[in-house]
Amino acid sequence: MADATIGLWTVPLAVFGGAIRVSTPFLFVSLGECITERSGRINLGLEGTLIMGAMSAYGISYLSGSPWLGVLAAGITGALLGALHAGICSLPRVNDIAVGIALMLFGTGLAFYLGKPLIEPTAARLPAIDFGWWSDIPQVRAALRINVLFLIGVAIAPILFWAFRTTRWGLLIRTAGESSDAARAMGYSVLWIRLRATMVGGFLAGIGGSFLSLFYPGSWNEGLSSGQGITAVALVIFARWDPMLCLWASLAFGGAAALGPALQSVGVTSGYHLFNAAPYILTLAIMIITCSPKRTLTGAPAELSITR
Amino acid sequence: MFVALFGKNPLDLYFYMYQGAFGTWFSWQNTLTRAAPLILTALCTALPAQLGMVIIGGEGALLIGALSATSVALAMPWAPPLVVQVAMVCAGVIGGGLWIALSGALRQYRGVNETISSLLLVYIGLAILNHLVEGMMRDPSSLNKPSTREIGAANMIGSIPGTDVHWGLLFGLIAAFASYILIYHTVFGFASRVAGGNIRAAKIVGLGVNKLILTICFLAGGAAGLAGMIEVAAVQGRTNANLAAGYGFTGILVAFLARQNPLAIIPVAILLGGISASGGLLQRRLGLPDASVLVLQGIIFVFVLASDALYGRIGFLKGKT
Repeated sequence: MADATIGLWTVPLAVFGGAIRVSTPFLFVSLGECITERSGRINLGLEGTLIMGAMSAYGISYLSGSPWLGVLAAGITGALLGALHAGICSLPRVNDIAVGIALMLFGTGLAFYLGKPLIEPTAARLPAIDFGWWSDIPQVRAALRINVLFLIGVAIAPILFWAFRTTRWGLLIRTAGESSDAARAMGYSVLWIRLRATMVGGFLAGIGGSFLSLFYPGSWNEGLSSGQGITAVALVIFARWDPMLCLWASLAFGGAAALGPALQSVGVTSGYHLFNAAPYILTLAIMIITCSPKRTLTGAPAELSITR
Repeated sequence: MFVALFGKNPLDLYFYMYQGAFGTWFSWQNTLTRAAPLILTALCTALPAQLGMVIIGGEGALLIGALSATSVALAMPWAPPLVVQVAMVCAGVIGGGLWIALSGALRQYRGVNETISSLLLVYIGLAILNHLVEGMMRDPSSLNKPSTREIGAANMIGSIPGTDVHWGLLFGLIAAFASYILIYHTVFGFASRVAGGNIRAAKIVGLGVNKLILTICFLAGGAAGLAGMIEVAAVQGRTNANLAAGYGFTGILVAFLARQNPLAIIPVAILLGGISASGGLLQRRLGLPDASVLVLQGIIFVFVLASDALYGRIGFLKGKT
């Protein structure tokens, strides 16, 4: 058994591999939500978007045989759901958090309903790039099989960071998020900016969902997401609305999430559920350490309803 | 529209929905039973909202409340039912209360955003529950669905005489009325609303904001914990993963729809309870698949929320600012 040759290294290796695999949906959803929240809206419905994305990606990939079409379909579905959220929120006096929760239920229900016939068949899955070719040990190879989507996500983070800082669009989104009056004074429609920001956010979240169904765990079932979308929304706040920090936060979160299964594989079974909570505990602990009562939530968009 | 896709008559749908929710005495009872925990979990969001805090962790407090109530009941098998029930109420309220007060304390002393911390605590609470239920507190006879031992039929709180509605509804109503009086008719409530409106002004006047926040959070969590205790003592009879049925999250919706007003929570909770109660009937009568009921609920929620825009009344954010 290769287990014996690398011994205890299995755990950190599995955590590393898990960090990359588990964090991808978090990465996409949190980057998408980052755009949305920077524009001054919070979209809690991304949980539903994630599941809808997973479902539609699986369905399209099954029907067409091409996983990339599935990814595209997931993104479009997500963008549509984002447009729905933004559309409802642009009505006066509608609370974005409550609409988000309603859309979360709606998206989940719709995905379960439409996804019923998809539980049985297997769809074409996304390809992975083998980075572990230099190693003979199967665990190393397994850990280094990295999906293309992860690399795309990693690439999007610095691009977003750059776009927020330097491009016209980034500035517009930030203006809408910091002071809608200023954006209005410049002659831009805040609602229109937010609509587009929410749609792009939904697009990314849908792609995150496609990763769930097409790569890891790699099948469609109803317990696929289990709160990952909501957690990713929390990660954005944790990452201080900074795309690069979103990347690191998703990686840390994914690593912590992989800790439970990794320990289980080497025989530590007690406290399995407690290890499953590790990412949440870790996030909370980091927040407790890094926050201080003096400065709360630096970098928060001023128009965001939770900071008002 | 959605229903028409299945070739059913949409009007039938509304009819059955009405019938399933409020049409008969039986469905009224079903509705009210579902409304009870919703009232309490909605209070968990509405009370902190008076202080301008957005707490979305009612689900976690519900789980912890249920867990502590069950532990207390299991720890005192000798005591008479009344004592056990009182102890369960106390344990549920304290368990849930401390859970949300933790969020409040983190915000006040460490500046941690209470929305995230309460959300994270939901998952931590769920993990603790699963851990205990599958480990220490597991009933050896529950094989494929791990549960704690039953609290015993004698310790269950019964139904209101003449109905199938359990006493939990009464708890919910009392809690809602008490919150209303607390918020709008006491000095404490006034102080909370001042602090919610302008925290600096409250500090200048010399209000102990920390204390206010902790107390309100404790009460809010206590309400949700009570909901958990009721679910254990009136419906499930034991603690298991069934408890995480989303009451906490639906409660947030209720609170927002009710504009964070404790009295308005009661009818809204009954309405939403009715919608979920009608799900079963829709499934049977119209032959809709079960997931479609979820879709319908989502659509209804979306429409109800969107219809807020039509009211020219008070601003939606008024309760929160």
